[in-house]
Amino acid sequence: MSIKTINELGIEEIGIVKKVRGNETIKRRLLDLGLIEGTIIKPVLVSPSGDPRAFEFRGGLIAIRKEDGKNIELK
Amino acid sequence: MSNVRNKKQEDVKQKCDYTVALAGNPNVGKSTIFNNLTGMNQHTGNWTGKTVANATGNFYYRGEKYQFVDIPGTYSIMSNSEEEEIARNYICFGNPDLTIVVVDATCLERNLNLVLQITEITDNIVLCVNLLDEAKKKKIKIDLEKLSTILNVPVVGVIARKKKTLNELLKATRKACMYKSELKQIYKMKYNEKIENAISGIKEILVDKYNINDKLARWVALKMIEGEEVILKEIEKNLKIQIINENLKDCNDTDIFNIRKKTLNELENNGITKEKFKEEIVSTIVKNSEEITKKVCEFENKDYAKRDRKIDKVLTSKRYGIPIMVLFLLVIFWITIVGANYPSQLLFALFGSIQEKLINFATYIHCPGWLSDMLILGVYQTVTWVVSVMLPPMAIFFPLFTILEDLGYLPRIAFNMDGFFKKACCSRKTDDYHVHGSDKVGDFPYMVIFNLSNIF
Repeated sequence: MSIKTINELGIEEIGIVKKVRGNETIKRRLLDLGLIEGTIIKPVLVSPSGDPRAFEFRGGLIAIRKEDGKNIELK
Repeated sequence: MSNVRNKKQEDVKQKCDYTVALAGNPNVGKSTIFNNLTGMNQHTGNWTGKTVANATGNFYYRGEKYQFVDIPGTYSIMSNSEEEEIARNYICFGNPDLTIVVVDATCLERNLNLVLQITEITDNIVLCVNLLDEAKKKKIKIDLEKLSTILNVPVVGVIARKKKTLNELLKATRKACMYKSELKQIYKMKYNEKIENAISGIKEILVDKYNINDKLARWVALKMIEGEEVILKEIEKNLKIQIINENLKDCNDTDIFNIRKKTLNELENNGITKEKFKEEIVSTIVKNSEEITKKVCEFENKDYAKRDRKIDKVLTSKRYGIPIMVLFLLVIFWITIVGANYPSQLLFALFGSIQEKLINFATYIHCPGWLSDMLILGVYQTVTWVVSVMLPPMAIFFPLFTILEDLGYLPRIAFNMDGFFKKACCSRKTDDYHVHGSDKVGDFPYMVIFNLSNIF
C-alpha cells in the first residue's frame, strides 16, 4: 500500500494533511509552520528544476522540497 | 557600530530605564522598525535568521531611555535551532520589561503561532501588526481592537516603512512599560484535560518551592514534560531549578524529580507518549491561531493573490524563470558597470590632481626621492585607485540589489535555483545525513518562504 504524500498532489490539487513523519527537527519545523492534521494544502508553483514546489496553506505560500514533502502524509 | 553587537546586555541595562525585546517571524519588518526607532542602520535581509545575534540600540522617548533588543526572527521558539535558542533565551531569561511581537498583517495566522507561544512565557507583550498597507492592497481587513480584546494585549497597527506610524507603537510601549501590573490575565492557551492536569501538578510544586510566578512555572512545567534537554539545561542554569540531574544532594529537589517522573508515567499510562504530547501542544497552538484569525480577519476578496500568483507563475516557470533571472542580473550588472564609469573617471581625475600637488609639495620640502615615491606612487596611488575602481560600482550595485530584495525577487531566485544547487552538492549531504543521523539537514534554508506581501 502506498501512502499519499504532498509530493503526489498535482498543481492546484487540494489535499488534507493527515500526519507529519520524519526526524524530530523536520517534523517540528513542519508542524510549526501549521501543518497539523486537517490542514488544507495546495501546490501552486513548481520551480524550473521541478523541485521544490510552493504550497499554499494557512494563508501563506511556502516552498517545500520533495525530500521534506515526503514526510507529509495526506488523508 | 561597535556598541551594536555582542555588548553585555547587563551593562547597558543598568543605564536604561526600560528594556524592550523585538520579536517576530522572519520577514515581518522587525529590523525596519528597529532601525527606524533607534536610528541605526542594521542591514535588513529577506531570509530566515538574518539577525543571528541580538542587536541592541537605544532610543529616548519622553525623557525615558529605552533599550531595544532585536532578537532573531523565528516561526517558533520551541525547537533547538540556533536562532530559536537565542530568541527563546532572551524572552524567557533576559528579563525584558516588554516584548513587542511584530506580526505580518498579510498572514496573521502563521504569525500568531509565535505570538501565542510568547504569551505562554510573559504577560508583558505589545502586539505590533505591520504591513497594514500590504494587507489593505490584498483586501485583508483585520479588526485590531477585537484582536486586542481576545488576546488581552495592547495591539498597534503600523506601516514600518513610514516612520510616522511608529508613534502609536511608542505610546503603547511607554504605557506598557510604565504600568506593567495592568497587563495581567492575558490570553491563556488551554490544552486537553490530561495535559492540563499534568501541568498543574508540576506547576504547583514549582511555585511552592521556587520563587517564580505562575506563568513561568506553567511554562517550565510544560517543558519538563516535553523533556527537550537543551531547554531543560537552560532552565536549570537560569532559574536554578534542578531537573535532569539525578544525583541530587539537595533533598529539596527530589520533589521536582519525583513529580516529573510520576507525571510522565501517568501520561504514558493515559496513552500520551512524549511524542504525542509534543504534537498535541503544537496542534493546540496552531488551532488557537486559526480560531483567532477567523474571528479578527476578513478576506474581502478571496482571489486577492491571483495577480501575484500569475506573475509568480511566469517568474518561476520552466521556460521563462531562468531567462528572466539572468536578464534581471545582466541588467543590474550592466547598469553597475556602465554607470560606475563616470564617477570612477571623476574620482580618478580628482585623486590625480591631488597627487600632482602632493608630488610638488614633496619636491618643495626636499623629501628624499625614495620616500616620496614610496608614499605617493606606492601607498597613495594604490589606495586611490582601489577606491575609485571599487567605490562607484558598490554604491550602485547595493541599492539596486536592495530594490530586488524589496520587490521580493530574491526568494523567488532561491526557489528557481534550489534544485540546481541541491544537485550540485547532493551526494555529500545525504552521506552526512546517513552517517551521523544529524539534525543539521536544515542548515541551508531548505524551506524558502515566499513573502507575498511584496509588490510585484
